[in-house]
Amino acid sequence: MTQAGSIEITEKPRAAAAPRARAGFLRQAFAVAAKDLRSEMRSKESVNASLSFALVILLLFSLAFDPGSDQVREIAGGLLWLVFAFASALILNRSFARELVNDCLDMLISSPISAAQLFLGKAMANFVLLIVIECLCLPVFGIFYNVTWARRFGLLFLVLVLGTWGLTVIGTLFSAMTVNLRLRELMLPTLVYPLIVPVLMGTIQLSMLLINGEPIGQDNQLWFRLLVAFDVIFTILSVAVVETVLVG
Amino acid sequence: MRTKVILALCLIAGAILAWNLHTMFLSVPDEANQGAIFRIIYFHVPAAITSFAGFYVAMFCGLGYLANRNLRLDSVAAAINEVSLAFASITLVTGSIWGRIIWGIWWTWDPRLTSYFICLLMYFGYFMLRRGIDEPHQRARMSAVLSIFACVDIVIVWKSIEWFRTQHPGPVLSIRNGGGMAPGMEAPIWWNLVALLMLSTALILIRTRQQTMQHEVETLRRYAHAY
Amino acid sequence: MTAVSIDGVWKYFGDYPALREVSFTLERGACLALLGRNGAGKTTLLRILAGLSKPGRGSVTILGADARAEETRRQIGVLGHGIGIYEELSAVENLRLFARLYGLSNPTKTAMEWLDRTGLERVSDGLVREFSRGMRQRLAVARAFLHNPSLLLLDEPFTALDDRAIAVLQTLLNDARREGRTIIMSTHQLREALELASDVALINRGRLAYRGERTKEMLDDPSWLYRNYGEA
Repeated sequence: MTQAGSIEITEKPRAAAAPRARAGFLRQAFAVAAKDLRSEMRSKESVNASLSFALVILLLFSLAFDPGSDQVREIAGGLLWLVFAFASALILNRSFARELVNDCLDMLISSPISAAQLFLGKAMANFVLLIVIECLCLPVFGIFYNVTWARRFGLLFLVLVLGTWGLTVIGTLFSAMTVNLRLRELMLPTLVYPLIVPVLMGTIQLSMLLINGEPIGQDNQLWFRLLVAFDVIFTILSVAVVETVLVG
Repeated sequence: MRTKVILALCLIAGAILAWNLHTMFLSVPDEANQGAIFRIIYFHVPAAITSFAGFYVAMFCGLGYLANRNLRLDSVAAAINEVSLAFASITLVTGSIWGRIIWGIWWTWDPRLTSYFICLLMYFGYFMLRRGIDEPHQRARMSAVLSIFACVDIVIVWKSIEWFRTQHPGPVLSIRNGGGMAPGMEAPIWWNLVALLMLSTALILIRTRQQTMQHEVETLRRYAHAY
Repeated sequence: MTAVSIDGVWKYFGDYPALREVSFTLERGACLALLGRNGAGKTTLLRILAGLSKPGRGSVTILGADARAEETRRQIGVLGHGIGIYEELSAVENLRLFARLYGLSNPTKTAMEWLDRTGLERVSDGLVREFSRGMRQRLAVARAFLHNPSLLLLDEPFTALDDRAIAVLQTLLNDARREGRTIIMSTHQLREALELASDVALINRGRLAYRGERTKEMLDDPSWLYRNYGEA
């Protein structure tokens, strides 16, 4: 009747599939993250779109601000983060939207993983994608605006990491919130950008200093503290509310 | 009963505001440095306090909804946020007018005004979100969550903009004048605050009633379409 | 032993009740055919059982625990309107992912076994976006069954399945019945469903209009229920 072959009932399938006692919390979150990254690497839709968008914005900025002038070199750090902020919207929007195809989101929610694991998995995948895009943008940015960003790359990378996580956490949560709305693409930026103002302020301040090769003085260290505090507070808050947002 | 309460609140608020206007213009002298315009502080500060208080009360109403899924709490939260948004706009406008008269510019990137502006943007987003969701329970849930995020974030935004602006000093609207107001001159602020709080309560009650009726109409529509 | 116990469940969309005071129980090992017109509330009920939404009022107990409890979700298999598999992943990657999410001890082995059972072993590394519709449906069935769930929730499973997929599904359902698993299946395909079913429930405008055993009468005349308990 069917090519499924001989169906041995009872024992065999059951023994092979005995669930092990609770795989680690993070391990399953990683499984979700890996799935997102693998999907994205195969299609490269979001990354390509986001990267193109970033390059276009860099171009547009060069029309508005004279790239050669000294003032622009001073504010280059700020421009950089504006590019990141805009380009990230595309990635973050896709995050939960990609689960709507074939009702996969329902399957994830009805599986034993918690909403928190699902959220963290997606946030981690978004984070990786955003960092990749940012690292690809840096050299281009350096060339277009004639800035050497590699001077203090260690600290700059730290700022990238802290700032991107702040963006990611808020963006992923609101991606979950707006996933079923008809105006999703409009809603996400409208809701996210005001909320991430503190992150952008911190990263812009620090980036401007680091790109210009200036030292981070005492007064500017508070920006690092701000970024860490923001990341911690909103990660906890997001993990706490995500079940309500997804299942309700 | 409810109508009587609303009417009473409006009348008392109106009376206090009228009496205050009298006090403001006739009893209180012009301030030494700023002239007549400083009187705008009597509206600016109470409006600011009213709107801020409103946003936080609405957040608690949202939390209340999440706890017991009573749509009434969501209606109240939305009404409070609406009224608070109106008062936040008043805060911004009065602050802007004050800046124009004192500094000659309509907008200064003063920490407080900037934070208010961001707050305004967050709550514009809140109402956009509400319009985008048809299903009332889903709308209530998402609104409550957004409200929590906005209220937690406002504090962080406020602090960080203060730091940002102290590093890039510009014209600052020091409405408080370093707190050096003579006792007689401060009283109208608090009276106006009371008046505005009453007024906002009245408005909230009206809005909530409107929303309840809206719900009923929507339900009846659903019934009609289903059969 | 009771597998599913639904007690006084109401589900509101706004103030409109999609489910009204629905109460029934289902014993372990039973197979329930959930009947009703479109819009009656079958999908709403199944979604609540699958832990995808919460009832406005009332309680749902599945295998002795809440529908959203982790242990419960581990034992439920869902086959909904959407197939629930990822287009950009291969067949084996899809099944491995779900095996991991369900905490199975050997995801790859389980995945390959189930590809075998559903006749997809030759395309295990093929990307789902290149599959034919029938192949996707069989993969969806594999996904729903691979963790050997004690409770199967199927929303109109026979709709839009091709012959091969129907055959696979019927075999698996028969096996499931033999193994004492509980099945709840909403359907318009009365004949196939009634053959498998031990119990029947009819939902009419959100209310439970009929709940009882599947009788020979129903099997002989599938529209009997609708005539007697459905709307005119």
